[in-house]
Amino acid sequence: MAEPGPLLRIDNLHRHFDVSPPAFERLLRGKPRALLKAVNGVSFSIGRGETFALVGESGCGKSTIARLVVGLYRPTAGHVLFDGRELSRRDGRRDAALLRGRLQMIFQDPFASLNPRWRVRSIIAEPLRTQRLVAGNAALRERVAELLSQVHLSPADGDKFPHEFSGGQRQRISIARALASNPEFLVCDEPTSALDVSIQSQILNLMKDLQRQLGLTYLFISHNLAVIYQMADHVGVMYLGRLVEIATAERLFATPRHPYTRLLLDTIPSIETIGRDRPSVAGEMPNPIDPPPGCGFHPRCPFANDRCRHERPEPVDDGGTLVACHAVEEGRLAGRPIQRTG
Amino acid sequence: MTGPVLRVENLRVQLPNRRGILTAIDNVSFAIEPGEVLGIVGESGAGKSLTGAAIIGLLEPPLRVAGGRISLAGRRIDNLPDGAMRRIRGREISAIFQDPLTSLNPLYTVGRQLVETIRTHLDLPPAAARERALSLLREVGIAGGDQRIDHYPHQFSGGMRQRIVIALAIAANPRLIIADEPTTALDVSIQAQIIALLKRLSRDHGTAIMLITHDMGVIAETAHRVAVMYAGRIVEIGKVREIVGNPRHPYTRGLMGSIPRIGGARGRLRQVEGAMPRLNEIPPGCPFNPRCPEAFDGCRQRRPELMPTGSGSAACWLYDKSAASMAAVADG
Repeated sequence: MAEPGPLLRIDNLHRHFDVSPPAFERLLRGKPRALLKAVNGVSFSIGRGETFALVGESGCGKSTIARLVVGLYRPTAGHVLFDGRELSRRDGRRDAALLRGRLQMIFQDPFASLNPRWRVRSIIAEPLRTQRLVAGNAALRERVAELLSQVHLSPADGDKFPHEFSGGQRQRISIARALASNPEFLVCDEPTSALDVSIQSQILNLMKDLQRQLGLTYLFISHNLAVIYQMADHVGVMYLGRLVEIATAERLFATPRHPYTRLLLDTIPSIETIGRDRPSVAGEMPNPIDPPPGCGFHPRCPFANDRCRHERPEPVDDGGTLVACHAVEEGRLAGRPIQRTG
Repeated sequence: MTGPVLRVENLRVQLPNRRGILTAIDNVSFAIEPGEVLGIVGESGAGKSLTGAAIIGLLEPPLRVAGGRISLAGRRIDNLPDGAMRRIRGREISAIFQDPLTSLNPLYTVGRQLVETIRTHLDLPPAAARERALSLLREVGIAGGDQRIDHYPHQFSGGMRQRIVIALAIAANPRLIIADEPTTALDVSIQAQIIALLKRLSRDHGTAIMLITHDMGVIAETAHRVAVMYAGRIVEIGKVREIVGNPRHPYTRGLMGSIPRIGGARGRLRQVEGAMPRLNEIPPGCPFNPRCPEAFDGCRQRRPELMPTGSGSAACWLYDKSAASMAAVADG
């Protein structure tokens, strides 16, 4: 198991979507083609047994990365390397298909991701059947029962249908299904966003326990920074299809560098700040179809100058944190008070 | 002192079905003062939104108010005929819902929707109504109102749409706004803007706000008092500082403890075992007793009513003054 190198490496990954108006309209009204660069040159890697979290607001491209990693989308450019081997190549699909058994995904909505007409037993057994992982019905039953108890459900629950379960229990079923093929790597796209807080903590604790027991590696996607603080070893902050900051969770929360990361940390509603008037932050994320030139964050950034408006910052190592910001690089932010909460 | 804007007393909402009658809201009482923000917090299915719908008279049949009374500024409104209630809705009580896209008509410009709302409730000629619409857009922080007023909802971002919904809600200067998860569909940095706006409105106009949300962080920053709901009942109510800093009811404690926080230890989160019961499975006695780490025999037999705890109150036998030994357990 102790092979060197990261388990997953993402290298200059791009995924663009053509969102042009219909050809007729383009011809008639002279409208141009439009390209949505959902993921626009993203690189990071995840070590074995680690949790790497992606955080950002809706539309920043974090879920697109999840889908690229599990192969639901093909990259426009760049590479997804799993255990040193290419997952995203168009040729050699068989190789990629074999690798994918080692990769599974947990979705956000446990109501939409389980077939309502199937019994839980069949839902969990599906990956075992399609990948021919167990032989014979008795072995199949046994394995499903084992998976159900692994997520703290009873083996008898296999006879029920998804609607008989609450949201949290359904998410346990999704996790059991994901674990069926003995994966090493789980992509978790907002796994607890649809759940109530008291249930969320049950699922997060379960995911931590499973990671420790089975040596799992997680790509964990969330918009909730407090959840990420509890779960992640490394964090990547995304804005408009790019990573603006990557750091270990300790560093990111103790010394956030990028102005956008600071904004995110400053604006979380927190139970520790009763009656606080929040720092009011103007603006919203720009339209990703027509992103601003230079640094994507400059229209909202209090530290933006002329260079930020014209030249795109590349990620630079700043004492262990990778941060894509001219102001940080030039030291313009040094000594500025960081308004922090908590 | 003119008394509370809203007073809800022993409200009961029931849902008759083939097998009998389910009680969705059971004996809920609270009041909201002018300019006060009362947070209603709880998990899905706790009855927060139903309470709001009952107040504004928009319960979906067969759900119905089966008992109790609701008074707005001293006047009873739960038994009004539809027509009278329609005049109150929008004029004296208005609502903001979670999804701004479904609250706005996609086929009309925001200006037309604003003018229509204003003229429905206020006796203004069209030009004056449009002036008022422009000033409302300014008030909710939409820049360039002169042009934006003629745009359609799809031309606005999510945060801007929610601002328009708020502009519609305050168009007739209502006494009470029921805001049902107004920030849940929005990103955090936008949430902050909407919360700041709601706080400013309640401060400037003395509007009472009933803020329904599952997000304790939003409540902590916005509300003055909080009511915690569980299985259709209020289990604890009190000042926000008390509820957040020193929750008394075991459910509130579990809820507060299970919220992931930034800072501090990154270990296992505290969890409340089990899940909230469905309406047809609410246990006898205290509805929380099967999940409660401190439940004793009495909790399984007798239902606790709200009992005073410091400045607030909690529906929990631990705070039963007649059993002094139990109070000692609670303080320990």
